[in-house]
Amino acid sequence: MNLLWLIPTLPFFGALVLVLFGSQLPKKMVPIIGAGSVGLSALVTFVVGADFISSSTTTYNFTAWQWLDVAGLSSAFAFHLDALSLIFIFVITFVGFLIHIYSSEFMEEDDGYARFFAYLNLFVCSMLILVLADNLVLMYLGWEGVGLCSYLLIGFWYGEEKNGYAARKAFIVTRVGDTAMAFGLFVLFQNFHTLNIQEITTKAPQLFAVGSEIPLIISLLLLGGAAGKSAQLPLQTWLPDAMAGPSPVSALIHAATMVTAGVYLIARTHAIFELAPVALMIVGIIGATTLLIAGFAALTQFDLKRVLAYSTISQIGYMFLALGVGAWSAAIFHFMIHAFFKALLFLAAGAVIMALHHEHDMFKMGGLKKKLPVIYWTFLIGASSLAALPLITGGFYSKDQILWLTLAGVNGNIWFFLAALLGAFVTSIYTFRMVYLTFFGQEKTHVHYTPGKLMNIPLIILAALSTLAGFIELPHDFFHLTIFSDFLKPVLPSVVVEEDFESIEYMVQMIAAGVSVSGVYVAYIFYVVKPELADELKSSAADLHQFWYSGWGFDRLYNFLFVRPFVFLASINKNDVVDRLYTGLVAIAEFFHRIFSFTQSGILRWYIMGIVIGGILLLTLGLIS
Amino acid sequence: MEITFYISAAVAILSTMMVITRFNIIHALLYLVVSFLSLATVFFIIGAPFAAALEIIIYAGAIVVLIIFVIMMLNLKGDAIDQEREWLTPQVWVGPAILSFILFAELVYVLGSGNAGASGLPNQLVDSRAVGKSLYGPYILGVELSGMLLMAGIVGAYHLGRQKKKVIHRFLEQKQE
Amino acid sequence: MNEIQITGGLILAGTLFMLGLIGVLIRRNIIFMLVSVEIMLNASGLAFIVAGAKWAQPDGQVMFIFILTMAAAEVSVGLALILQIFHQLKTLDSDAANEMKG
Repeated sequence: MNLLWLIPTLPFFGALVLVLFGSQLPKKMVPIIGAGSVGLSALVTFVVGADFISSSTTTYNFTAWQWLDVAGLSSAFAFHLDALSLIFIFVITFVGFLIHIYSSEFMEEDDGYARFFAYLNLFVCSMLILVLADNLVLMYLGWEGVGLCSYLLIGFWYGEEKNGYAARKAFIVTRVGDTAMAFGLFVLFQNFHTLNIQEITTKAPQLFAVGSEIPLIISLLLLGGAAGKSAQLPLQTWLPDAMAGPSPVSALIHAATMVTAGVYLIARTHAIFELAPVALMIVGIIGATTLLIAGFAALTQFDLKRVLAYSTISQIGYMFLALGVGAWSAAIFHFMIHAFFKALLFLAAGAVIMALHHEHDMFKMGGLKKKLPVIYWTFLIGASSLAALPLITGGFYSKDQILWLTLAGVNGNIWFFLAALLGAFVTSIYTFRMVYLTFFGQEKTHVHYTPGKLMNIPLIILAALSTLAGFIELPHDFFHLTIFSDFLKPVLPSVVVEEDFESIEYMVQMIAAGVSVSGVYVAYIFYVVKPELADELKSSAADLHQFWYSGWGFDRLYNFLFVRPFVFLASINKNDVVDRLYTGLVAIAEFFHRIFSFTQSGILRWYIMGIVIGGILLLTLGLIS
Repeated sequence: MEITFYISAAVAILSTMMVITRFNIIHALLYLVVSFLSLATVFFIIGAPFAAALEIIIYAGAIVVLIIFVIMMLNLKGDAIDQEREWLTPQVWVGPAILSFILFAELVYVLGSGNAGASGLPNQLVDSRAVGKSLYGPYILGVELSGMLLMAGIVGAYHLGRQKKKVIHRFLEQKQE
Repeated sequence: MNEIQITGGLILAGTLFMLGLIGVLIRRNIIFMLVSVEIMLNASGLAFIVAGAKWAQPDGQVMFIFILTMAAAEVSVGLALILQIFHQLKTLDSDAANEMKG
């Protein structure tokens, strides 16, 4: 465990080397440094993790140095390792490593090869700081670091204007949440006089009673930050546009790791959220609404990556829903499984898009089953996991747990359950719509590139993980395996289940399984058996289709509510009012300068004339007085 | 004697007017000499013979001769006179003349209103002996300073009047290119 | 010779001063301007002498001598400057020497 400090340091030095010497390094060295540093970091994570699990301790602290010590705010550059952060660093380094390997082939032809790996390494470093930080200030550093890297990587192909716009949109929208979070930290510090997470966790129940006002304010502000980062309602609009970045970026940042930082934040500060049931309720409502809205929006997209983006929003909505009902470990479990299968789906989608020469439109794909068998099978596994096909996929176990707890948990209610169930149905429809459109039917675009083994191996490993990882946590009535939740028990309290529901658990599972399978069947009918049916439906509800396609019109709403008034105000105030004062001063000075410089004519006789006039005036004055 | 004062005063005024209106500078200087001579007469009349002598020696002699030497060095051509005629148009001189007359009128008014104007001059001769005693008595400091002023004048005139090989200042030289 | 009023002398000085001033103002030729300045100096010298004569004191003449000295120095330096200006600008026009125009 003493090696903990190496985990974020290695990617940092990778980034440093690539930034400083990236352009001089031979091209072969770039992925070795870029992927190697993260790979070493993953290796260290395994060593540290094995050490952590075998030892009896539940936490490990490492303080590098004192960072700030001002006016009672003492914040160290310190890492805190417990079960929660261990799971996160495992996912970050391991999935990150696989994505790095994939990128080394995916980005090979790109001019910004070294730049790409530098950003990616910096991202991994920031994300690790975020999850390992033992105080909220350091966490905020990582939080902003991942935001910066997200901005840089969305706008990676900055040559195209719309990518720059997408990057700025992502940055600005998440900034709204981050500002709320910063305020949350201020309020937190004001009331707790510390920002150390462990101290807050122990102090919170002593200082405040359940339902008091301060925890509510703090948790709502923190929720703002979490919603911004995790693309939840109402700050979800940036994520679909963030697909402008390269596919590995979408896989790493906008599916597996960064967007789940909000989940991590809420899980980390669960002590405060538990004191504010109203805030938890709001978290649940946000999650439920988001998962439905994003699910329906995903149904109508043409762009393969946008479908995945909306599905990411929707799946994080599930995690928020789980957090909202207090099913902390279920949320983290779903995070882990989601990181595997969503990274897999994004990487496979990236491979498809690359194979079809940057074709994003699903309706121009098709029949790729034979041409790209590895990608087909891995994509299918990922999609099954996303659609939560029963028994064989990891997604089933994680999502089923959430479904069950939304109904049976003490904080759950029937409406959450129904929303989640409807979401599951929609999820399996759009997932298999994607599969059928892309891989079945007739071939519409010619395959011009077959991915090599550097791209295939990560896909296969992730496919295996997204299936097998589900088996570490099995439901009560089905082998009752609770490795994962037991592991998390020291950090996150387990959810209390209402006893009268226990008898119907198998029924809930049956319903969930039935819903996802029927979703697949609906997609099969609409997109394989009778493709014209989908078109008819589309034309009969064109307005609704357009509404969902535009992501429920949120972009237009925000454009109307915020962007236009802001631009209007800016255009009014183009000549800054305050500036006017100063330019006015300058204009006055210039006016007098002109007058006086006119007197400096350089003609001697004028000067004498001036003397004479002055003499006359003085003399006249003398005479008058 | 009174009539002599008025006559020489009139001559001084007339010749000075001629000085400022001549186009040919040599003519102007000749009138200037006349003006100085008539002023010397005035000095003599009001009882300052030493000042009269100095007026003739230094003003009419040295300074005018100095100016004539400079004019000779400048080697002015005949068109300089036409140039002067061109420059001296009524619209040029009317304004300044009016201003100067205003000043003059005020001066006269001041002189007339003062009580000093009522008394006549005592007509007592102040000879060079008295002037010399005063100069080297209470005014010795002024004399020393005048000496320094003349020294500075000599050095300054030498320095400024020297014809350097490269007379044009570097800023001016750049501008001419 | 009591008839000569002090006012007469002072008015003569004023007249000459005014004429010199007009000369300075209306002439563009630098030499004429210098000559006019000489006239003005001379006029002020006359005023001093008249005042000195009024009190029958030598101070007026002493002042005249100082003015004389000053005029001599001024004329020598002024003429040197005129030479320089003429060499550089090839003209005696005072308006041409307006390099300091603002």
